[in-house]
Amino acid sequence: MITRMTHMNIYVLDQDSALDFYVNKLGLKVVIDAPMNKDARWLTVGTPEQPGFEINLTPIHESLLHSKDTAEALRDLVKKGTFGVGIFTCTDIFATYEELQAKGVEFIKPPTKEFYGTEALFKDDSGNWFSLAQLN
Amino acid sequence: MDRQKKPTGLPTALNQLGDPYPKLYFYRRIVQAKLFIDQHFAENIELFSIADEACYSKFHFIRKFKEIYRKTPHQYLISVRIENAMKLLASGIPVTAVCDAVGFEELSSFSRSFKRIIGINPSDYLLKQQILKKQITDSPLTVIPHCFAYQYGWLEK
Repeated sequence: MITRMTHMNIYVLDQDSALDFYVNKLGLKVVIDAPMNKDARWLTVGTPEQPGFEINLTPIHESLLHSKDTAEALRDLVKKGTFGVGIFTCTDIFATYEELQAKGVEFIKPPTKEFYGTEALFKDDSGNWFSLAQLN
Repeated sequence: MDRQKKPTGLPTALNQLGDPYPKLYFYRRIVQAKLFIDQHFAENIELFSIADEACYSKFHFIRKFKEIYRKTPHQYLISVRIENAMKLLASGIPVTAVCDAVGFEELSSFSRSFKRIIGINPSDYLLKQQILKKQITDSPLTVIPHCFAYQYGWLEK
């Protein structure tokens, strides 16, 4: 019986830049920041109200998991905005939208009313896109 | 619902959204107050003056702020100070210096607020973070899931 999800990966182009984006712009908190080797660190962030759920800001380079070619292809795909990663919910979408815009977050779509709530789309600093939603 | 008149000449993204969106000017003022606290938490902030500047009655301002951020402006200011204190303590700065740096006037009220929100004293937090930091630096593989470490080749020695 599966019960919970604790970790998910987001591929990012640069971990320092992603850290700045997810923490200083989106307002998430660092959970673990541990150096692994000269190229990579284990870097996870979490939302304020979900203890135990960590988003792993994963660097893309050659490893057991990716050949050099795969890593390059993956970087290109991320840059192109191929991956829609998830939905962040908020207490008030208009206030959150205003704040994130003030901090320079790029929105693909402004808040729009849908039957389930109000939803906007934004990109992270790598090109991954998310929904920002206030559900009914 | 009454709609606030759309302000003119203010270069804000929300103003460009047009009429279907509720009370845009109002949102902007509340968000500005929040961002003001984020930037000036270490100063002696007079929260009533923020409400004045936002052109709302104190009561209305506090109520709307709380709806959006789940804390009153004062509670939010304290929480921002404590969060920043956590970062400074984690980097090894002594408790009294941190207390000053985040805008508390008295050590006793800093310690009390910290303990109420975080659950432990600032000095205990500093100690715990130093231990955790040492563990992360000395043996990083003890703090991460090994399935990932394996996939990235970090388990090879």
